[in-house]
Amino acid sequence: MASISARRLRKELSEIHVEGCPVGINLLSADNFEQWLLSLEVMGESQYPGEVFALKFRFDPNYPISSPAVQFVVDGKYTSPVHPHVYSNGHICASILGNEWSPVLSVIGICVTLQSMLASCKKKERPQDNDRYVLHAPDNPKKTRFHYDVDTV
Amino acid sequence: MSDFEYSDEEADYFYDDEEEMDTQEDGSAPSDDDMDMETFNDDFRVTGKGKRKSYEVECEPLSKSDVEKLMQQDVDHISGIFGVDDTTASLLLRFMDWNKEKLIEKYMDNASAISISAGISQPSIPSLPPPIRASSLSRGVEKPATRRSVRSAPSVSAKLLTKTKSLEPFVCPICFDDTQSDTMSLSCDHAFCTSCWNAYITSKIREEGEHWIRCMAEGCSLVAPDPFVKSALGTDTATWERFQELLVRHFVSHNRNLKYCPYPECTYTVSCPSAASKSSLASMVPTVTCGASPDHQFCFGCAIESDHRPVICAVASMWLRKCRDDSETANWIKSNTKECNKCQSTIEKNGGCNHMTCKKCKHEFCWVCMGPWSEHGTAWYSCNRYDEKASQDARDSQSKSRASLERYLHYYNRWANHEQSAKLSMELHAKTEKKMEEMQITSALTWIEVQFMKKAVDEVFKCRMTLKWTYAMAYYLEKGNEKELFEDNQRDLEKAVEDLSELLEQPIEADNIPTLRQKVTDKTVYVQKRNEIMLEDTANGFLEGRWTWNGTVEGFD
Repeated sequence: MASISARRLRKELSEIHVEGCPVGINLLSADNFEQWLLSLEVMGESQYPGEVFALKFRFDPNYPISSPAVQFVVDGKYTSPVHPHVYSNGHICASILGNEWSPVLSVIGICVTLQSMLASCKKKERPQDNDRYVLHAPDNPKKTRFHYDVDTV
Repeated sequence: MSDFEYSDEEADYFYDDEEEMDTQEDGSAPSDDDMDMETFNDDFRVTGKGKRKSYEVECEPLSKSDVEKLMQQDVDHISGIFGVDDTTASLLLRFMDWNKEKLIEKYMDNASAISISAGISQPSIPSLPPPIRASSLSRGVEKPATRRSVRSAPSVSAKLLTKTKSLEPFVCPICFDDTQSDTMSLSCDHAFCTSCWNAYITSKIREEGEHWIRCMAEGCSLVAPDPFVKSALGTDTATWERFQELLVRHFVSHNRNLKYCPYPECTYTVSCPSAASKSSLASMVPTVTCGASPDHQFCFGCAIESDHRPVICAVASMWLRKCRDDSETANWIKSNTKECNKCQSTIEKNGGCNHMTCKKCKHEFCWVCMGPWSEHGTAWYSCNRYDEKASQDARDSQSKSRASLERYLHYYNRWANHEQSAKLSMELHAKTEKKMEEMQITSALTWIEVQFMKKAVDEVFKCRMTLKWTYAMAYYLEKGNEKELFEDNQRDLEKAVEDLSELLEQPIEADNIPTLRQKVTDKTVYVQKRNEIMLEDTANGFLEGRWTWNGTVEGFD
């Protein structure tokens, strides 16, 4: 029997292939059950017209009991969206990736949530402590203990 | 420490005539020759058993099950008042960090609101259904919404997962394993297969050390009650035990009267209500021992050292901070050296006159005014600028800083020396012990008869620890009669300890053993007594407010 994470990801992958992704979300690569890349675009009126971002998902064997490590890709091709909850190194401060993670959430579910997080943004700005955080941030955003603000951005 | 009582043999050791002393119960003032036969017969015991001395703190060791009983009492109390079952009462208490008063207040104010926040019930279900239900339906993955009805309509994100509806066989939305037929759900009816629950709960307990385990469904805030956790863990009793330990730790950490034993793997707790408040720590050193082992000694008030009697936590910590602070080194350099103003070499003047010649650059100057020596003309051995204001000030500040440093070093050296000597005495003992064992074989002595060394070394070690901390205390004590009396006690104990130490270093030969044994035993009893007097008097001093500090000590004014 394959591990839960492999079975679960295989299932998620087949659903993506059968049903396709929601509008604005595309699967870039899913060659293994350790790391996936998806692209993300905010549809309709937003602060990010025409901008395409890439999300990197890293799964450990405990997925979906443990949350995946999710961050925006920052390389020559992609950048991190300017958003009060997204650091310039691509790390995201979102409660569903941390203490509000639920094993029933899926890769697509996370993408949809992040898409709506970007869509509802009213002012393009970095988190207040961006410089300080980025300087000392661990490679894996899961190692950071974010303090989740209660707001609606 | 309000429940403090004087022991009959309380050492009334301060012969001063302050009035507070007169009113004090006049115990049988033990003088040095007070070792009567009774104490002597009792081998190494000095004072009577069962009586708490003033430097001892009343505490009660509790095992894990004892604490569980305490928790159960609270749970019973709450379930009795609220008319709810134990499981609910327990979750409510955990949610309120075991603050019963606050819980009762909040519950009386709005019972359903607190039940919702405590993860016991969902917003629209006021009563708590049975905690475990095997269910097969309700596979809708719900939207992360704070307010929701019992079962919200499947949301966008649920679309992928709820392709197959109701009639088809159950597929766990987490593992997608359709061969699993056993499912579990909390009262929210979010069903998942038993193996996913098991993996999830195990990971929460083992990896995160979490006892507050919420439903796996997104946005659902129901919390798994104990019977549910137990049944999900099935045969994994180790994890269940760990879960119970987490609950005990949570309870202990929120009860000021309790402290968890800091020794690795120890599951004991110590209850010490008299040391629970911060202000009580200003007048006592709560050295406690957990029930698991007499070696599991720790201070109820701080984590500095397991036993830092007689000095209170705040002063002990101040002292350690001072010792760590290497500004003292800079202080030394500042007060003992000057720089050659030509080549900037650091020079220590360790004697001689003020006419300095730099070893390095041969620059000749006056140590006092630092000016070139040639300007001093014929006033060879006294600087004519000596009494000028600037030089005077410089000299004053230098000598002040030097005096303060010397004072510190006096205490520090003795403090460090006792620590070092204590270590050495243990090493010496390790060597001696071998010899003693040999002797036991070669001579007619029995095992019990060669144990006197062990007892003596243990006592020396203990007393050196006391002495060590008395120097930290003396450093901060304000000058005066009280301090002098303190130092008298300190000196007596130190003398006794050094004598015994010396005795222990004597070569051991088979024929001198009986005399050595007698001497060592006598000395050990005496040392033990001096140590008691030292500790007792200091502890009483705290209770009577006799000690005044020369600096500001937290918790003291």
